[in-house]
Amino acid sequence: MLRGKAHKFGDSISTDYIIPGRYAHLRSNLPELAKHVLEDADPAFVSKVKAGDFVVAGSNFGLGSSREHAPLVIKMAGVSAILAKSVARIFFRNAINLGLPVLICNTDKIDEGDELEADLAEGTVRDKTNGSVLTFGKIPEVMLRILNEGGLIPYIQKHGDIKL
Amino acid sequence: MGKTLAEKILSEKSGTDASAGDIVIAKVDLSFVQDTTGPLTVRQFQSSGMGRLANAKRTVVFIDHAAPSPNANLSNDHIFLRDFARQSGCVISEVGEGICHQLVPESYARPGDVIVGADSHTVTAGGLGAFATGMGSSDVAVAFGLEKTWFRVPETLKIEVTGDFQKGVYPKDLILHLIGKIGADGATYKSLEFHGSAIKKMSMSGRFTIANMAVEAGAKVGLFPSDETTQEFLQAAGRGKDYKPLDADADAVYEKTIRINAGKLEPTVSRPHTVDNTALARELKGTKIQQVVIGTCTNGRLEDLSVAAGILKGKRPAKTVRLIIAPASRRVLLDAIKAGYISDFVEAGAIVLPPGCGPCLGLHQGALGDGEACLSTANRNFEGRMGNPRSFIYLGSPATAAASALTGEITDPREVM
Repeated sequence: MLRGKAHKFGDSISTDYIIPGRYAHLRSNLPELAKHVLEDADPAFVSKVKAGDFVVAGSNFGLGSSREHAPLVIKMAGVSAILAKSVARIFFRNAINLGLPVLICNTDKIDEGDELEADLAEGTVRDKTNGSVLTFGKIPEVMLRILNEGGLIPYIQKHGDIKL
Repeated sequence: MGKTLAEKILSEKSGTDASAGDIVIAKVDLSFVQDTTGPLTVRQFQSSGMGRLANAKRTVVFIDHAAPSPNANLSNDHIFLRDFARQSGCVISEVGEGICHQLVPESYARPGDVIVGADSHTVTAGGLGAFATGMGSSDVAVAFGLEKTWFRVPETLKIEVTGDFQKGVYPKDLILHLIGKIGADGATYKSLEFHGSAIKKMSMSGRFTIANMAVEAGAKVGLFPSDETTQEFLQAAGRGKDYKPLDADADAVYEKTIRINAGKLEPTVSRPHTVDNTALARELKGTKIQQVVIGTCTNGRLEDLSVAAGILKGKRPAKTVRLIIAPASRRVLLDAIKAGYISDFVEAGAIVLPPGCGPCLGLHQGALGDGEACLSTANRNFEGRMGNPRSFIYLGSPATAAASALTGEITDPREVM
């Protein structure tokens, strides 16, 4: 069970919002890079996010660059899962590869600061602030196996190969 | 049942009878990184326990994004990548050689290949019929070690383009129009497959421009059939033997067919801050710009520079505009020198950058100031993309960019041609 507060974002949050190219010189210094997570979308995010919290977004979250640093800095901020109406292809795969769940559901009813509880096995997100319960789309089986190992690199460390 | 290009390539590379929706493990023919995604990929690879590269000759590190490097941190990343190349035996493409998405089609990609690159614009090689797609560092690290990856076989949107482009209208206008029509997530997880008489007649340069931007509609790949034009391109690159014809089956099943009459298109521009926020260039007349960029992996080829030089030769840009030219590769730069385009640009007051990504992703060589607007031939106009979230990026063809440089405001190129 994942528990935390909602941090709400709009539609089309690109990887340039999540971690802009102008910080590319910090990509080999991840703790420094992570200080800039989502700063162009919400400059206060990095100071208010707490371990376990959720990034809650609209449609096409993570569009743009293939930079895996984007889900990486979100994970480093302590975020336990991303909830979005839809997510861009490369970002989705990158997040799962880092062991960061991305849950596709209608996020309209969730407000900034709502207390959320996500049950990955059950496929539900409970908004404890407004009492609503959302169901999220199934993560494909192959990705679930990667997620359950904590990401693609831990999966490869354990299995030495990719299997369907 | 017939197969789409994506189904055909993934069937062959997975040894299965693959249809849209299937999950397959496919052989990877080429995997690559660039200098801003490479260091993480290399670290993931090193920690994975896979040890050696599966195929060092088909593993490439490109130093193109920060080239030459603007600061010590990025220079140290370059040293790290050079050390990895030396130790692992992989191929390295150095500062000044050019952008990965230009060099992969010039030197590595073959029709029917599966290519994964740690850069979203890896899709560019779809222009010659390669199933080429962008992935993150972990996925590419695994392709480094295993020479394979898993894919969900994508559904395909067939884009059928007929008619002849009017004067002043180019493949860039077509892809901007298409993205405006279907949206920045209109092809998410899908393959875009291009067919029709206008595609048959299109140069490889135009095909690469379109394939390059498939990802801006969310697509996994942007695929073109491999035909005589592809063959001529490969022969000119000294790789005639890499050619093979490739097309979708006549009875392939498409999720949808979108028909476009190229003859009805007009010069098109994406407005800030999303690529699908399109308008006609003439509708934006009067929009002031302070910088124009002609180049990048989208439009930095010889044909693009030729169009721009044709408009700029013997003229001067508006005094309020900085005009930046960024050839996509060393070969393009050399050819542009021989053709006289570079003299035309410099005489017109332009700044010519070394082959590479230039100012496209906001690292260096033309970051925008507060409130400034740029018209670029690149592929992305996200807020903050060119180094400053308080600036504005418009996207257009090389002709629209050159015409706008002359006037200092967004200009339909047909006004100056």
